Amino acid sequence: MDELLRPFDFEFFRNGLIVATFAGALCGLVGVYVVLKGMSYIGHGLSHAIFGGFAASALLGVNYLLGAGVWGVASALMINRVTRRRLIGADAAIGVITTASFALGLALFALFGRRGRSFDAALFGSILGVSRSDVYAIAGITALVVAVIFFFYRPLLFTTFDPEVAEASGVRTERIDALLMGVLAASILATMQILGVTLIAASLVIPATVARMLTNSFSRMLYLATGIGAFTGFAGMNLSYHLDVQSGPTVVLVGAVLFALAFAFTGSRSLRHTTGRDDGRVALPIGRSDLTQPARDAP
Amino acid sequence: MIEGDAELVRLDRVTCSYGGQPVLVNIDLTFTDRQFSGIVGPSGSGKTTLLRVLLGSVRPIAGHVHRAKGLRVGYVPQVEAVNWSFPVTVAECVLMARTSGRVLPWHSKAERAEASEVLSRLGIEELASRHIRELSGGQQQRVFIARALLGRPQLLLMDESTSGVDVRTRHEVLHLLAELHRDGLAIVLTTHDLNGIAAHLPHLVCLNTEVLGQGSPRDVLTPEILERTYGAKMQILEHGGMPIVLDHYEAAHNTVDFRRTGA
Repeated sequence: MDELLRPFDFEFFRNGLIVATFAGALCGLVGVYVVLKGMSYIGHGLSHAIFGGFAASALLGVNYLLGAGVWGVASALMINRVTRRRLIGADAAIGVITTASFALGLALFALFGRRGRSFDAALFGSILGVSRSDVYAIAGITALVVAVIFFFYRPLLFTTFDPEVAEASGVRTERIDALLMGVLAASILATMQILGVTLIAASLVIPATVARMLTNSFSRMLYLATGIGAFTGFAGMNLSYHLDVQSGPTVVLVGAVLFALAFAFTGSRSLRHTTGRDDGRVALPIGRSDLTQPARDAP
Repeated sequence: MIEGDAELVRLDRVTCSYGGQPVLVNIDLTFTDRQFSGIVGPSGSGKTTLLRVLLGSVRPIAGHVHRAKGLRVGYVPQVEAVNWSFPVTVAECVLMARTSGRVLPWHSKAERAEASEVLSRLGIEELASRHIRELSGGQQQRVFIARALLGRPQLLLMDESTSGVDVRTRHEVLHLLAELHRDGLAIVLTTHDLNGIAAHLPHLVCLNTEVLGQGSPRDVLTPEILERTYGAKMQILEHGGMPIVLDHYEAAHNTVDFRRTGA
C-alpha cells in the first residue's frame, strides 16, 4: 500500500495526476461529439497540426498555450471550412493541412534546435514537465468546455444528429460546428503535455466508444464517457509511475483494456443491436459510416 | 389554389443551381394551408431541392420565394439520411425540436408534456424510452413526424419518407398524413412511388428541373406528362377511379423479351 501511495509524496506526480484526470475527462466529454460526428480523423489530425504551433511558440519564446492555441484554433477553423467544401475530399484536405503543420513543427525543431518544453513530451506525453500553472490551465479549459457544452447542449446535439434539419429549424449549424472545433482544439492543447500529440486521438475516441457500447442514450453517453476518460487518466498516470512508462501510452492502454472489457461483456449484444438483427445494417456501432438504410419491415 | 385558401409559400420563377448546373428552372408554384401535394419526378429532377427551397435552406439564384409571415415549417428527412446508430431515445429525438427558447440542457416539464402529447397522438407514447433503431419502419416514421409536429408547423415537408417501406408501413404513414391533413396541416412530400403514394394524393406536381404538370392524379398521371417527366414510355390503367401507372416495355430485337422469359 505504501508503495502505491509513495508517488503522491511528489508534487510533480500530484500535478500530473490532476492534469491526467482532467485531461481524460475532457477528452472523454469532447470525444462523444468527435465520435458521433465521425470526426475521429479530424481529432487525430488536429493534434498533429497543433504540434506545429507548439514548435513555433517554443522557438519564439511565446507561452506555448497561447502560441499553440492560436495555431490550433486557426487549424481547426480551416479544417471546418475545408470539410464544408465538396470540391476535394474532406479527408484529403485534412490530411494536407494537418500533416503540413506537423511537418513544419518537425522542420522548425530540426533547423533551430529543441528549445522550451520537451520535444518527446509533446509527442508522447510526460508528467515530468507538469507544473502548477498547467493544473490551473487545464482546470480552466475544462471549466470552459463544460460551460460551452452545458449552454449549447441542445444545438450541439441537434447539429451532431441531424445537421440539415437542425439548420432548417433555425440552428446556426456552421457556427455550432466552428464552436465544436474550437472546443476540440482547446481540449487537445490542454492535454497535449500529458498525452502527447500522437496519442490524443485515442483518448478522444476510446472513452466515447466504450460509453456508446454501454448506453443508447445521448445524455448518459456524455456522463459515462467523461467518467471513463477521467478513470483512464487517473489509472494510467498511476501505472505510468509504477511501470516507468510514459504517461500517454499507459493512459491509452488503460482505455484499450476498458474497451476490450466492454466489448467482451456487451460486444455480441451491441453488435446484434447495431446490425438490427436481420435488417442488413453494417455492423459498425458508431459514426456516420453506418448510415445504412434499415429494413423498413423490421419488427 | 382554391379561393379562400391562405397562401403559405409562393415560388415565382425560381431557379436554383448546384455548381453552375441548373437544378430547378423557372418554377412557379403556390402552396396553401389546405395543400396535400406530392412531388414526383426521376432521381436528380430537383425534388429535394424544391423542398429545401420551401424550407428556406436553399436560396434560389433567380426568382422569388414569398412566405407567409411567421410561417412554421416542419421537415421529415429521408430515412436513408438518418443515423440509426446514434444514441438517442425516441423522447430525446422528438425533443430536439425544442432547441431554441431554453438554454438549459434538460427539458422543462411543459416541454416533456408537449412531447408526450404528440407521441400519444401518433400512438407511440409507450416507446419514448426506446432507442430509435429498436422500432419498426412505421414507428420510426412516426418519430420523425412527431419531431416535426412538436415545432407546431403549418406546413409539413417530407422527403422520400416512404421510400423502401413495406406496404403496411406505407398505409400507416398515408393514413396518418391524411389524418394530420384533416386536422389542418398542409403537407408536401416527394415520392418515387407513383401507384403506392402519388396516385392517392389530392394534388401532384410532376417535376424534372421544371414543372411539367400539376393537378389531380387523373390530370397529371397521363402517358404524355409522365413521358416528358421520366423520359420513358408509361401506360395508364384505371382501377376504381384511380390511375395505375405501368411501365411500357418495347421489345427490340436485341433485348430480352420480358414476358416470354418471365424476367
